[in-house]
Amino acid sequence: MSRSYDRALTVFSPDGHLFQVEYAGEAVRKGTCAVGVRGKDVVVLGVEKKSVLQLQDPRTVRKVVMLDDHVCLAFAGLTADGRVLIDKARIECQSHRLTVEDPVTVEYITKHIAGIKQKYTQSGGVRPFGISTLIVGFDPNDTRPRLYQTEPSGIYSAWKANAIGRSSKTVREFLEKNHKDDLTREESIKLTVKSLLEVVQTGAKNIEISVMEEYGKVTNLDLAQIEAIVSEIEREKEAEAERKRSRLAATAAGQAAMSSRADTETAPPDAPSQ
Amino acid sequence: MAETSFGITGKGYVIIASDTTSARSIIKMKTDEDKIKTLSPHLLMSYSGEPGDTVQFAEYVERNIRLYQIRNLYALRPSAAASWIRRALATSLRTRKAYAVNLLVGGYDTASHDPHLYWIDYFGTMTEVPFAAHGYGAYFALSLLDRYHDPEATLEEGLATLKRCINEVAQRLVIDPGKYKVKVVDKDGIREVEV
Repeated sequence: MSRSYDRALTVFSPDGHLFQVEYAGEAVRKGTCAVGVRGKDVVVLGVEKKSVLQLQDPRTVRKVVMLDDHVCLAFAGLTADGRVLIDKARIECQSHRLTVEDPVTVEYITKHIAGIKQKYTQSGGVRPFGISTLIVGFDPNDTRPRLYQTEPSGIYSAWKANAIGRSSKTVREFLEKNHKDDLTREESIKLTVKSLLEVVQTGAKNIEISVMEEYGKVTNLDLAQIEAIVSEIEREKEAEAERKRSRLAATAAGQAAMSSRADTETAPPDAPSQ
Repeated sequence: MAETSFGITGKGYVIIASDTTSARSIIKMKTDEDKIKTLSPHLLMSYSGEPGDTVQFAEYVERNIRLYQIRNLYALRPSAAASWIRRALATSLRTRKAYAVNLLVGGYDTASHDPHLYWIDYFGTMTEVPFAAHGYGAYFALSLLDRYHDPEATLEEGLATLKRCINEVAQRLVIDPGKYKVKVVDKDGIREVEV
């Protein structure tokens, strides 16, 4: 019977798991890392960009995309799935403007995307989207930056800073340790780069940074700017290591001095005393 | 038909002008209606016709042109945009309730650095023209434009020609369309000018 072919692929396992959804999560964990950091009045997206092949045009490989004037999205997971989802979101952004004469809020479009993803976990003949997204932006007539995450299951949530994709756990732990409220623009960018460097070994050339500073103002940092930030971070790390070394040396010297004094104190009684 | 709009090309620019009256039957409802939409950084569209259809169709076009831009990271060129708009009208014409909208689409092509103006009516007729007019004003203005239009004219000269048309219509048409909104598109984008 043909019906047996188009039944839902996502069915419960006896212990209550939806394996297809969990596998989609696995696809996300295989994808390149993306980081979002919310500052005081800025929000930054950073992504790990795969090295393009020698003869490939790097401009055709994009991981941070615009949904509307004031909303950007980065994703981790299956790029092809991402493209489809992004197109749906872009249409919704314009459709929303057409019907209510207002741009979407970041939460609205996040909820919409999460809704689509959820549908694909409960419909027949389809498989879930193998992507997680970070959605950043500003609501119309508002100065507060927003950062949301969506997952293949259709879960969405708001964050101060978060990471998705490969080694996202490491990066998130780093962010948990280093994120402060009310970061400035420079601090936010630096934290983003720094957290990405935790998992991107190849440095600046594999990092892409997008900064949104206010409603509709998005800037992509060029390679030189990112390189400058990376080298600044490296200098700081170097200085920190240097301090640590000298502190160790000082401790060692102190200990040496202490033990030598101990030596003199056990010396014969005719040693000069005060 | 009481609505009047003009389009004039010149050296590196297109002027689009439209009256600002919104009327129902013999009543003027509003005299500051902007009937020219900015579709993209270098594209203007004036619309007139069946009230309701006009705004509805113009907004539909506006959002689709914007969607194209976001999807592809660059805007449609004027000729492509005009073709798309014409097609949308032609598709609508073959439905039960067609949009009755007349359009002037003017744009500056940033790739080939020249201005383009398209005259489109509600049957989906489209033609690229050096100058154009819709409404009763067309009956008075086209002969003037025939006489005074110069594709090499500066913006000042172009605006002077436009003023001739506006004055003629004001003088000869039974009902003076009143104030006009005038927008210019050139290499620097779109701006509104006073006449």
